[in-house]
Amino acid sequence: MSGRSHAASRLVVAAPYLWLLLFFLAPFAIVLRMALSDADTALPPYAPHFEGFATLREFLGKLDLENFRLLADDALYWDSYLQSLRLAGLTTLIALAIGYPLAYAMAAAPRHWRPVLLVLVVLPFWTSFLIRVYAWIGILRPDGLLDIVLGGLGLTDEPLRLLNTEAAVLIGMVYSYLPFMVLPLYAMLEKLDRSLLEAAADLGATPVTAFLTVTLPLSLPGILAGAALVFIPSVGEFVIPDLLGGPDTVMIGKVLWNEFFSNRDWPLASAVAIVLLVVLVLPLALLQRARQGREAQP
Amino acid sequence: MRKASPGSLRRAFQPWNDPAAKPLIEFRHVTKRFGGVTAVAEVSLSLYPREFFALLGPSGCGKTTLMRMLAGFETPDAGQILLGGTDITEMPPHLRPVNMMFQSYALFPHLSVADNIAYGLKRERLPRAEIAQRVAEMLALVKLDGLGKRRPDQLSGGQRQRVALARALAKRPKLLLLDEPMAALDRKLREATQFELMDLQSELGTTFMVVTHDQDEAMTMADRMAVMDHGRLVQIGPPDVIYEAPVNAYVASFVGDINVLEGHVVAVEGDLVRVETGITGMVELDEEAPALAIGASVLVGLRPEKLDLSHDEPPQPFNKVAGEIWDIGYLGDVTMVQVMVGGEGGWLVKVALTNRRRRAARPFAWEDKVWLSWDVEAGLVLKP
Repeated sequence: MSGRSHAASRLVVAAPYLWLLLFFLAPFAIVLRMALSDADTALPPYAPHFEGFATLREFLGKLDLENFRLLADDALYWDSYLQSLRLAGLTTLIALAIGYPLAYAMAAAPRHWRPVLLVLVVLPFWTSFLIRVYAWIGILRPDGLLDIVLGGLGLTDEPLRLLNTEAAVLIGMVYSYLPFMVLPLYAMLEKLDRSLLEAAADLGATPVTAFLTVTLPLSLPGILAGAALVFIPSVGEFVIPDLLGGPDTVMIGKVLWNEFFSNRDWPLASAVAIVLLVVLVLPLALLQRARQGREAQP
Repeated sequence: MRKASPGSLRRAFQPWNDPAAKPLIEFRHVTKRFGGVTAVAEVSLSLYPREFFALLGPSGCGKTTLMRMLAGFETPDAGQILLGGTDITEMPPHLRPVNMMFQSYALFPHLSVADNIAYGLKRERLPRAEIAQRVAEMLALVKLDGLGKRRPDQLSGGQRQRVALARALAKRPKLLLLDEPMAALDRKLREATQFELMDLQSELGTTFMVVTHDQDEAMTMADRMAVMDHGRLVQIGPPDVIYEAPVNAYVASFVGDINVLEGHVVAVEGDLVRVETGITGMVELDEEAPALAIGASVLVGLRPEKLDLSHDEPPQPFNKVAGEIWDIGYLGDVTMVQVMVGGEGGWLVKVALTNRRRRAARPFAWEDKVWLSWDVEAGLVLKP
């Protein structure tokens, strides 16, 4: 390999790292530094300020973990974290329960149908996320579209009063994140070798056993990817609980918004964000390590 | 060199000629269509216990469909399939006492070699200890001892093939189906594996049915083979019969090399038929020809290895033609010579010469004027 192309290939490898450094690690450092600061009625609304390397020691001395201590002591934060995790977990399970059969049917459909089905899954993305969530208000509100249809069919006598409940938030989140579950599952199931299922049947497996012993384990990476893609944004979701949820639905995204915009407590909001990040990254990292460990096995 | 194993001695085994023999598998007028295409047409065929049967044909001839119907992956549109006298036409694959080795091997990538082999046994809910013992037996049978913990992607192509074979044999099926079993192996390994498979088959006594497009493979391994074309069985018989007495030009040219000449019958005297071909003049054939009419047009087939090549004109009155050497292909064991007969722009006739002596000077060269000749029993009368 010539020196020039060697340098070029290094540049190609370096580019994504540079991107991560510039747009992820640097902002993260800023947020972390803010989380360790104190709120202040100034502009910007936190202290201390960084005033050059000469006073670095003094600056570092003023940073502390007070915001994190506050988060740990106050039940409000604990509850909203737990509720966020619970709702995100439920969303993930429901999305999996709906998404798996959907992806399976898509992968089993005749070859010339698959692109059309794929477009149908992605189609909602062509409309703004906010507008789609907003549309659910019209469907779920008392005497809204859902009540009209169900009432018209004679299935319900009075309005369901779904809007501003946890159920509404779940419906909104499952609806919004379902494609993220379907797409990786479809990718996995579509490339599944059909002859493996024939081999299973040939060796005496009923269709159900063949599914449980062959299809399911082989689509596990797709399940994990889909679950991560649904779970992670669901935990921090702000728009959906804000529009569809009631006063009881306090998810951590909303708490963060309140701290930042209503209370103007930037440091505490930063601490909330960092804890959220740790809550999300830690299990993922462990999962990744477990997977690598399994692959490395002889 | 391969060591002769006791099981590899083939005794006279011809259950198909024994009217009392009970077939293991019977196809009765089986037809299968896909859309408007008839993949298998009116096939009737019997396989006997312990038989090694090969289905031979070009791709798209319906041989794979025929096999898949036996495994239960396709259902015939008409006709019946019987196993040991029981109708299994509609039986789902997981209930059939038939196992298949897939062309792609279809090994479960998420399971170890041992778990792959144990898969079918676990479905039978055999006790754990028995499964472990059978897996060990199978691993030993295919000479993969010690590799049970590996995953399929950590094996070579030849090893994967053995795992597939072990997995299919683990349930001790009455019939083992092998779909192009050697297709993914290189030539050396293929030859060795063919003989191993034959040893294994006679050792286990399982009936084998191999689907292949490779005539060498079919002829090496099979007790009997069937040649398929466009969904029909054209000829069924032992390899030597198929090769030496093909029923028509299709079988003759699909199995082995053959020179085919067009001609018409001039005389029939007992077993002796004379055909005028135009190119080679009069051809005399020793053929138990079924009532050939004088003047009927026929095809005469001549296998390359049954032709002689000489510089001098042979004394016999018929069965000879003069030509010029057009091409020589040295293959090591044999030399394939193409002789042009009938002058410039004439017909190319293939002749196979065995290279018996190591240091002999090559007797023929390009553009030599030569004579082709053959015995009366060399020629075949073929139905077009």
